Formats: sequence, C-alpha cells, structure tokens
Amino acid sequence: MAEDWKPQILGIICNWCSYAGADLAGSARTQYPPDIRIVRVMCTGRVDPLFILKAFTDGADGVLVSGCHFGDCHYLEGNYKGAKRMFIMKSLLKNIGMEDKRLRMTFVSASEGAKWAKVVEDVVNTVTELGPNPLKELAK
Amino acid sequence: MAEKKTKKETAPKKKEAKTESKAAAPAQAKKAIAPAPSAKDARIGVFICHCGTNIAGSIDIKAVEDYAKTLPNVAFAANYQYVCSTPGQKIIADAIKDHNLTGTVVAACSPRLHEPTFRTATKEGGLNPFRFEMANIREQGAWVHMHDREGATDKAKDAIRIAVAKASLLQDLIPKSVSVEKAAMVVGAGVAGMQAALDLANAGIKTYLIEKSPSIGGRMSQLDKTFPTLDCSQCILTPKMVDVGRAPNIELMTYAEVAEVEGYIGNFDVTIRRKPRGVLTPEEAEARGIVGGGCNGCGDCDPVCPVIQPNEFEMGMKPRKAIYIYHPQVVPLIYTVDFDSCIKCGLCVEICGDKKAIDLEMKEELVKVKVGTAILALGYDMFPIEKKDEWGYNKFENVVNSLEFERLICASGPTGGHLVRPSDGATPKKVAFLLCAGSRDNTGIGKPYCSRFCCMYSLKHAHQIYEKIPGVQAYLFYMDIRSFGKMYEEFYYRIQDEGARFIRGRVSNILEDPATKNLFIMADDTLLDRPMKLEVDMVVLAAAVQPSADTDRTRKLFGVSCSLDGWLLEAHPKLNPCGTTTAGVYVAGVCQGPKDIPDTVASAEGAASAASIPIHKGEVELEPYFAQCIEEKCAGCGMCINLCPYQALSLVDKEGRQVMEVTEAKCKGCGTCGGFCPGGAIWMQHFATPQIVAQIDAFLLGGAK
Repeated sequence: MAEDWKPQILGIICNWCSYAGADLAGSARTQYPPDIRIVRVMCTGRVDPLFILKAFTDGADGVLVSGCHFGDCHYLEGNYKGAKRMFIMKSLLKNIGMEDKRLRMTFVSASEGAKWAKVVEDVVNTVTELGPNPLKELAK
Repeated sequence: MAEKKTKKETAPKKKEAKTESKAAAPAQAKKAIAPAPSAKDARIGVFICHCGTNIAGSIDIKAVEDYAKTLPNVAFAANYQYVCSTPGQKIIADAIKDHNLTGTVVAACSPRLHEPTFRTATKEGGLNPFRFEMANIREQGAWVHMHDREGATDKAKDAIRIAVAKASLLQDLIPKSVSVEKAAMVVGAGVAGMQAALDLANAGIKTYLIEKSPSIGGRMSQLDKTFPTLDCSQCILTPKMVDVGRAPNIELMTYAEVAEVEGYIGNFDVTIRRKPRGVLTPEEAEARGIVGGGCNGCGDCDPVCPVIQPNEFEMGMKPRKAIYIYHPQVVPLIYTVDFDSCIKCGLCVEICGDKKAIDLEMKEELVKVKVGTAILALGYDMFPIEKKDEWGYNKFENVVNSLEFERLICASGPTGGHLVRPSDGATPKKVAFLLCAGSRDNTGIGKPYCSRFCCMYSLKHAHQIYEKIPGVQAYLFYMDIRSFGKMYEEFYYRIQDEGARFIRGRVSNILEDPATKNLFIMADDTLLDRPMKLEVDMVVLAAAVQPSADTDRTRKLFGVSCSLDGWLLEAHPKLNPCGTTTAGVYVAGVCQGPKDIPDTVASAEGAASAASIPIHKGEVELEPYFAQCIEEKCAGCGMCINLCPYQALSLVDKEGRQVMEVTEAKCKGCGTCGGFCPGGAIWMQHFATPQIVAQIDAFLLGGAK
C-alpha cells in the first residue's frame, strides 16, 4: 500500500436526516476527513443493493449508507427496508470473501452534526485500516 | 467567432432535446416511461460560487473551474462571487441561452438551502427547472475541511463531476399541483394552540382543535401570576378560552388525541381518537334524542360520587371524584368520567336524572377529518426532579417543584392561595428557591439546555411570598440570572430591592431535620468563595422542562423530526422557525423549545400565519419525485405493493397481463419500491437508477464516457 494512499468512500445518504445532519456539521464547522463523496437520495429505502455492488465493482474502498433513526423516517419505514437490505449486502460481501466492514449503515438525525463527523471519521479510519478494495487488484 | 460556431452546431441538438421532452409529457400521461435523455446530447453549464470567502477560503475555485471545463458534457463553466445574487442568477439564465445548455450544475451551498433559487434561475433561462443539480461544496466541503485546502478542492472537483453526471441524465418534470383543503388542525390547546386556532379561525379557516385533557388552557391555566407584569394568569387566559369555546370556526375536541395521519400537505386525513368521556354534551344528547339534556355543568354528580382521586390539575394536592372537572373555569364545562377509577355504582346517573348526560357504557370513538395544514402545539412537562436525588424531592415533604408552588400560592388552588408547608400546614418564614434544577446540567441526569423561563418565574415566586407573608425571607440559589426580556431586568432589580437574597452557587445537598421537617441546604457561595449551610422551612425546585409525554408519539404520526433533547425540529432555526421538514406541518410554543408566554404566543401567531398561507392560496405544488412503472420490464410480481408505506401501488391488468400502477397522488417519492424491484422496472423520477449509477460511476471511474 502506498504511503499516501487515501480511501475512496461513497456515501449514499437520505435527504431528511443524514444529509441535513451533514449540513449541520458544516454550519457548525465540525471538521472531518475529506475522503468521502456523497450521493443524495430521498430515503435510504431507495438504496438498491445494485448501487452497493456497482460501487464496489467500480473500485470503492468503502460505502456508507446513512439514514434516519428507526421510527424517525420521513417516509415512515423506508430506513427499516434500507437497513434490512444492507444486512443482506453485508452477508453477501462476506460470502464473496470481502470484508463486510467496508459497507456500513448508520443512523444520523438532522440534529446530529457532531455524530455525522464522527461517523465519517470512523468509516475513513476503518476503511484505511482495511486497505484498498481487493477487487481493484483482481481487475488488473 | 468560435463561440458562434458552437452555437450553430448545437442549435438543432437543443431542438431535439425539446421535442424529446414534449414527447415525454403524453407518454407520462398514459403511465409509460419516457426514455431518459442520453448523456451524449447533454450540454451542461457549471457555476461555481465563492460565497465570499466561505467557499473560496478553503477551495481553489480557479482550479475547480478549470477542472470542470475538462469534464465530458460540460459546455460552459464559470465562477462568481455570489451565484445566488441577482447578477449571479442572471449568469445562469444567460449561459443557458448563449450556450444552448440542457442542464445546469451549481457548486455552492446545500441544496436544502438554495435548490429552489437555482431551479428558478434555470427556468428563467428557458429550461425545465428539474434540469438542475447542485454540488454541495460548502456545508459538506469548504466548511468541514477548512484546514485541508487540497482535500477540500479535490472533494469539490469530485462533487461537481458527480453532479454533472446526474445533470446529463435529468429529465423534464412537471410538479403536480394539488388543491388544499380549506381546514386546519391544531394539536394541543394550551395558550399556543388556542392562539393559533383563534388566528386561523379569525382568518376564516375551519379549525379542529385537539386537546388530550378534558379542558383547554394547558400549563398557563395552572399558573397564578405571570412575570413581569404580575397579571393574573387565569384572568388573561380565560377570555381566550371562552373565545375558543365560542368561535364558530373552531371545532373543539377535548379528551381526544390524534390516532393516525395519512396524506400530504393540502390533504391530510387525520383520525382522531375521542376517549370515552362518559358524559354527553347538550349537542350529543340532542343527537341521541334526549331533549334539553346533556351536561350543563351543574355539578350535582360530584358530591354523590364515592371515588376519590388526586386532581392532576392541582398537581395531586387536591382531591377530585371519579366524575370531575379540573377547576370551575374549564372550557368546555362538561364533566368527565375517569373510567380507570369509576366503580360504575350509577349514583351519578341517578342524580343526573332527566338530563341523561351520563353514559357509563360510552366507548371510544374514531373520527376522521380532512385538513390542509396542521400545527403541533404539544407543550411541556416538568422534568422528574426526583432524579436529582441530592435535593430530596419526593423524599422530604417540604421540597416542592415550581408548578406545585404555583398551585399552593394560587387563590383558586388547594389552599386558597395561602402558602403552607406540606408537612404541617404552617406558613413558611424562610423559603429557598433552587434555580437551574435539572437545567444546564451536564451530569447526564438532568438536561443540558437552559429552560429559559425558570429564572423569571422564580423571581416572581419570591415577589409573591413577600407580598403575602410578612417577615418572610426568600433565598435564591442561582447560576446566572437570565432576565433577557422586555422589562425583565427591571423586575430583577425590584426583587433585589424587596429583600430577596441571591446566592450564586449550586446546591450540593439538602438534608431534612426529621423532628421539625426543616431543611438544611448545603451550597457553595461562589461569589464569597466559601461553603454555606442554611436552614429553611421550605424549598422550591425550579425544575427543568421537557417535551410532554405524548410528544414523541404525535410527532412521528406527522413525520416531524426532533432535536437531541426531544424538542420538535423546526425547518430552519432562524428563517423558518415555525415550519418543519414535513410540508404543511408547523410547530408552535414550547414543544419546539422552552419559551415564556410572550414568545409562545408570538410563535403560535407565526405558525398560524404560515399554516394559513397554503389554505388561502388554494393549491400547492408537490415535488414530482413520483415512482413510475416501466411496463415492458414489469413482471407483475407485486413485491413492490407491500413495500410501499402509502398504499400508492397496485397491480392492474394491461394487455392481458398484470403490471404495477402508481397512484401519483399517494406516492411521496421515497423510492423504497425502486430500491427493491428485482426487474429494475420502477423509474424513480429525479432519482432514477441510471442517474444514481451514473453518479457512482462518475465518482469512481471518473465520469461518463
């Protein structure tokens, strides 16, 4: 692994809670590592397992899916459905021999700016420790 | 010259795009999906905002702009100091025309802030407003990587690349306009809910006012005096209560709660659970054919009832019967049977006689109403201060909380306004008030926030005992006195002049003398820097406030978020303090955060005004993020039907086979169906699978080729 290697992490986050929480971290100027890129969806229920697989086959080193807390979903229960799918995806990753820690689902509310910063920091640290996505090597 | 040439070349392309979008409209009408615009034809304009130094301070704007120009499909890129300003928006509109753009990307703040602004600018340039995508390089860029210019600049480049990929595939969308029911709902009938309901009703809007307890009035009706004017709380509140009871536009439902909420702004279908009251109003009696019957509040039933219970309104310090009213000024003046303690002896039914007002077999009733907008005014409860064990609440008889003090000093209270010690009924001569009891508490037991009105009511309490008890001494243990309002600081001086002693320091412990029931207060006088011990007759804890017990359940029904401490979350703390993230739902009063009475009433009037706007307008636009079925791909498996939380999807027969159909009015665009469809047959407008996959590819593979 190169010394200056930085992980490529995709964040798919919901508009109402986690995206708003990430904005709050911004207005509070809470600093966190820049190694994440965000795709906004209206609800984590929208997150098709395909997106996760696509990200990993494209070479993402980690994927973070973040939504509202259970019971707080703007669409009643989309986050339950999203979380359920992420559990399945985690076991799928394990089955194909990939560290399931590369995929993380978290729950960050619109008032949890500080938590968002912590989550990103934590995901970046975890993925950095795991190193580059092994599929990238295989593809070569 | 070169520019002109491009213009000529691209002109037919734009026409193509237009005809394509026109073709999309009828296609949508018959619920088939228009093909997504091909990224090949896309011409995207990128506009990068400096936001003064907010963004430019941490991001190399020039480098980002130069990079954006190299991206596929980018036909134009520019930077500007403030893109949201009038000239900034003009740059977007002009560029669309001058460069035949098919989509726009603004790299600036959060779409949650300025998406509507830039959609309008895009529309002004002649494009469909949904051809716009935002790259958030401020809240999720410059501001969170302030000391990492390189990292923040790289992230901004990627964010723009991702946004361009999506913008290249965006479709024309037409927001759905829905009519707004000319009725509103207010949940909670404390002073906030009453004020909001009165304002709505006076504006000509039919308003349903829902209150969980048997009478309206809320916490304010339990107070004796109000600071700093010393107006009698009931005297200024009861006229409003009477107005609410009489207003023809207000349909008051007391002893009721919201059971279910369906629908969206303009068309909320709310189910209200009317708890069995056991007593009929005159109107209800008439409906049952009892002429001249129903409860007239005579109170004949009260003396005959053999069951005695503590009166919640009097903080349990006065008895009530199983058939009861809280106090003589209740609105509506209708008795209530407490079925949890009623033994159904029937004595009340007997004495009620021909009025036939009492029905001990009454069952709960579900009522459905349709409203356009709703206001939550759910109020507060006292923090259970017994959790702060060191102050001995519930352990020592002469330690009371401030709401109990209000009842004890109130002329209509259990003692007729004579302050007495609960242990022996004696008049206290030394009374200590503990401020910040459970507020501004970082131990994890209390609340970290300031409850905002305790300083002022404690000053008022001190004044009241000086007014009523000759020779009394008040001690106020405080951290800081926060007398921030109009005439509040002057009130503070007045109480100082009246002789109250202010001790700056938190009380570490309270002990009781078992013989006299007097209390020993151990504290640290931080101004004199010495520990102190003080013997008093009575202690009043200015306990913190917390969201009322039903807040969490009710807010979830309406889809309203809360902050960490449980108070309802406003749409924007400064610029939209009465709105919430659920369109058509507003908040008023303390349920949004601690407020004194003037602030509560002001927020209620604000919420009423906000809630009346869609109703007066008559229609609202819904964001067109609906699901659509791609019928060629739909296998009719029906998996999506159960996933939809809104019952918006159904299977229909089409050309001899079953396919899914979306009822757009019910679909809220969450995409839960689209995230699961095994055949990829669901097209989530504006968040379609090809669009999101393009974003992922753009991030990881460096953009669509």
